[in-house]
Amino acid sequence: MKDSENISKAIKRSDFDDKIEGRAQYCADLRYEEMLYAKTLRSEKARARIISVETPPLPAGYCIVDYHDIPGRNIVPIIYEDQPFLAQDRVNYIGEPILLVVGPDKQIILDLLSKIRVSYEELKPILDITQAERPQEEYIFENKPCFVEYAYGKGNIEKAIENSSFFIEDEFRTGYQEQAYLETQAMIAVYEEERLTVRGSMQCPFYLIDALTQALGWPKERIRVIQLPTGGGFGGKEDYPMLPAVHAALAALKTQRPVQLVLDRQEDIIGSTKRHPAIIRIRSYLDNQNNITGREIDIKTDAGAYAGLSSVVLQRMMFSVAGVYNVENLHVLAKAYATNKVVSGAFRGFGGPQAFFAIEMHMENIARKLNLDSLELKRKYFLRQGDTSSTGGLYQYEIKLAEITAKIDDLSGYSRKVNSPTAKNNSLYGLGCSVFYHGCGFTGSNEQDQIKAKVLLKKYRDNSVQIFVSSTEIGQGAQTTLRKIVAHTLEIPLEQVKQDYPDTDYCPDSGPTVASRTILIVGKLLHDCALKLKERWSEEETEICQEYQYPEDLSWDKDKFQGDAYHDYSWGANVLEVEIDPLTYAINILGIWAVYDIGTPIDEKIVRGQIEGGIVQGLGYGGLEVLTAEKGSLRQNNFAGYMIPTALDVPDIVSELVWNPNEKGPFGARGLGELALIGVAPALALAVQNALGRQVKQIPLTPEYIMELMQNV
Amino acid sequence: MSDTINFRLNGEAVRLTVPPLKRLVDILRDDLNLTGTKEGCGEGQCGACSVLVDGRLANSCLIPAALLAGRSIVTIEGYRNSARFDHLKACFEKAGALQCGFCTPGMILAAEALLCQNPKPTQADVRVALAGNLCRCTGYNMIVEAVLLAAREGGKLWSQPTGL
Repeated sequence: MKDSENISKAIKRSDFDDKIEGRAQYCADLRYEEMLYAKTLRSEKARARIISVETPPLPAGYCIVDYHDIPGRNIVPIIYEDQPFLAQDRVNYIGEPILLVVGPDKQIILDLLSKIRVSYEELKPILDITQAERPQEEYIFENKPCFVEYAYGKGNIEKAIENSSFFIEDEFRTGYQEQAYLETQAMIAVYEEERLTVRGSMQCPFYLIDALTQALGWPKERIRVIQLPTGGGFGGKEDYPMLPAVHAALAALKTQRPVQLVLDRQEDIIGSTKRHPAIIRIRSYLDNQNNITGREIDIKTDAGAYAGLSSVVLQRMMFSVAGVYNVENLHVLAKAYATNKVVSGAFRGFGGPQAFFAIEMHMENIARKLNLDSLELKRKYFLRQGDTSSTGGLYQYEIKLAEITAKIDDLSGYSRKVNSPTAKNNSLYGLGCSVFYHGCGFTGSNEQDQIKAKVLLKKYRDNSVQIFVSSTEIGQGAQTTLRKIVAHTLEIPLEQVKQDYPDTDYCPDSGPTVASRTILIVGKLLHDCALKLKERWSEEETEICQEYQYPEDLSWDKDKFQGDAYHDYSWGANVLEVEIDPLTYAINILGIWAVYDIGTPIDEKIVRGQIEGGIVQGLGYGGLEVLTAEKGSLRQNNFAGYMIPTALDVPDIVSELVWNPNEKGPFGARGLGELALIGVAPALALAVQNALGRQVKQIPLTPEYIMELMQNV
Repeated sequence: MSDTINFRLNGEAVRLTVPPLKRLVDILRDDLNLTGTKEGCGEGQCGACSVLVDGRLANSCLIPAALLAGRSIVTIEGYRNSARFDHLKACFEKAGALQCGFCTPGMILAAEALLCQNPKPTQADVRVALAGNLCRCTGYNMIVEAVLLAAREGGKLWSQPTGL
């Protein structure tokens, strides 16, 4: 078959026709007989005891669903058990769900909601990291200020400090970021024949199975979850959908009618998870030859009211903060603080964007102090094959950072332009270059300890093959790339390979659609499964299951954070060229260049879409997207306040790949989805810093912040 | 409190009795089951609910029923039967201009509204024309390319009426 000659060649997406014709049925598009609607009443207080809830008389056909209606446990099943599905006697953030109003008419539901009176006894809220660091009368989580506190390192930092001649220190701050998927969170629950089926917008169907079994106290067999076409996720539909799924299910159970719960944009922004704000301090120790010999790094994140995924986000942040550099002695301390604000959680990059912003700015600041070219300094410390990672693991494959940076320098003209008269004479023109990686798959041995992914392939009499996985299509092209991997492995035409949206009645748990793991982990399992199927192709009908095995060449100590933090890594570099308006301080981006090593691209068009989408989301993170809390309340709660990039904010993007396949992933492919976002904010911030000749210490780079920098001479 | 209004929808006469303040997006989605028009924000800030009103792009979440009388509305369900749509669809595919698909019907109609007015737009024209339609997946450039490609290879498509 001809197609298998090059798996990278772009093909038409599986979901293309349905989506472009407007036929794809997202959750809000579905109608069931006698379907009811639900709307959530949310806390208006950052921290309070609920004294009473007064509801107006309800017309026939309407009801309230609150924590009394939870037959099982009122605790979201996630890493730490601290978050209720519906608030019981207290609330910990503005936007926390308290109850639902359910009924047939949306307008009447809104009217009833506005008449519900909650009386609160307000408690003193903890509103930011600085406040959270002080002793409290009453902590939010157990008896401590942080959900988790970690430390790890390598080498001997004390000795490095003792032998150093001087140090260079920086502190950086990053803000919230909202995923801003175009389709808000949405679920439909249907109760029939003693079973509950939940359909909706999600990244992780089996997380919902866990949530529903816990809330209902039912065995798994009575619960079914089906993903619908999903209008973007970016991490925001990793764990958060557990709440609306359980809410819709409780309402369906109580009313015995199908219930649709669709969040409006404002409640989606104030209620769902965000990227963690962070404060990162890096101190590098240098010897008398100006060699960087050691590093102490201190990370603090604002985790919000409940633990959620903050522990694992923090782990990725503290591994990523070592950057692409081999520094012999390292000590990292990391804390995720509990505050009375919306829960911080998963967002494309998962701790990486904050970390790479900090380390890339810091490396350039060292270069500046040493009067060196920053790329030259970075190159000196680039990780190489055979090096020990910051956690003592082995980089066993070739790391092509030299080639990546040479290529981006070539494409963008970075070195030439940095030293050009324009750059030197025009104080408001600048370039920035970032170099970064993303570890693919779950951190450490969590693929084994927590997930143990399974995939299933069925071959039918007509020689068609069906893929059964829980990986979700959320726009990233998973239904196209996974089918390609199977078709190319079996050497059969793509049309013979089918894949539906995951349905937990039929699909094994191949894990969540997160952590840049879909290609590397699930894709590899499908590849291995398809190889077995190929050997048994002569059988008329057959099915083969493949289960994940932790690779023998990796090791991980999860208590000491020692060993291989990731299965494999993808690498990249970005260059941004900017000029800044001297009157308005608006940033005009003149050019964006990007080079990545993702092994083998599985589909060049999908890869380009991931690259450009990730870059523009990164541009938003670094520049436009301001999300701030005032007294625990998010001030930007719609798209007029929270501005994401439009078509007018994006210049041409030039991107290329460096070819570097290895045997870890299918056809040598590795993860890309998150990588593309990570390096943009640091490249932008460095370009702005170089344009201004002032040190940038925080993102997003608003005109107000730039003005502040320009006025503080 | 309902009024009877007459308007054209996707080329056909429609007569509806609805509250005068009911939003067009709800009329389309709830009363007429035309769910190709998506609601992304409900405040006219994202463009997912874009439709054509007398050939011009409009956010259907901001249009009350009372303003519909005598107008001609086109949604993706009508537009997808046109030759122009077929051509745009081919160009979107070629350029890889679609990911999650939620903004796509609105983007397609934004492209139509532009090409109708300006069959030979520059890249800057396209960016302005799409600026009211948010997309969080693609980063826009592949959509911009698709629209430019449609203009370049569209022949006389946009100099003739669609009949809608």
